[in-house]
Amino acid sequence: MLLTNLEIVPGRAVSQHLGLVQGNSVRAKHVGRDIMASLKNIFGGELRGYTELLQESREEAVSRMVEQAEMAGANAVLNIRFSTSSVTQGAAELYAYGTAVILD
Amino acid sequence: MYDLIIFLILMSLGYGFGRVAEKRHYKSILERETALNRIPAIVLRLPPPSLKPQNTELVMGSVVISIDYFKRIAAGLRSLVGGRMMSYESLLDRARREAVLRMKEQADALGANMVFNIKMETASISKGRKNKIGSVEVLAYGTAIIPVAVPIQQL
Repeated sequence: MLLTNLEIVPGRAVSQHLGLVQGNSVRAKHVGRDIMASLKNIFGGELRGYTELLQESREEAVSRMVEQAEMAGANAVLNIRFSTSSVTQGAAELYAYGTAVILD
Repeated sequence: MYDLIIFLILMSLGYGFGRVAEKRHYKSILERETALNRIPAIVLRLPPPSLKPQNTELVMGSVVISIDYFKRIAAGLRSLVGGRMMSYESLLDRARREAVLRMKEQADALGANMVFNIKMETASISKGRKNKIGSVEVLAYGTAIIPVAVPIQQL
């Protein structure tokens, strides 16, 4: 599965468009990380726990999107976009979407 | 009275540690930016058509970064009179540059020579917490162009 956020793949042509594929993941942080984060809020700096958490959930969103693309029979997802939103207190939604295509 | 003492301790801790952390972070950002200058991050939507077939790979970098206690109070005061919020400006600047650097590091590990179609995404992940946490997440992503090693007999 080829993933790209370009609209084309250099040197390859799209033979069929299969439409939008998407994946999301909502995750909450656990208490330990929250306590560390509130300490960091005094000193400032990177919240590593949160960075990792969001990275993991973003990967999960991408893998769900890839799953959908595979089910549709695609071999590439073009023009991928990410979006993050905080739906409720202490949880974030990571969303990835793109266009599934068959490249020849 | 105790509240005031705790407040003052938090303020001075935030001021001291926050300043040192920011200085150190800027130093490391500058160092890594110079080191990774050879991989241009290009915001063009498409690579030029003259580019020969290459491998591409999605790369991304993200960072969650928080403001210190002193700066949050300073920003709170600033919001009374209005104007530039310097403390948040530098926070976001650091976050963006760090995210781009992480993306470039990932591209570098893949052997890429440039990254196209950079998109940035900023989210305040802890809204609705009575303004308790002043942290932002920045994500930078793009497509790394990895040159294909051409076998010698094809040249």
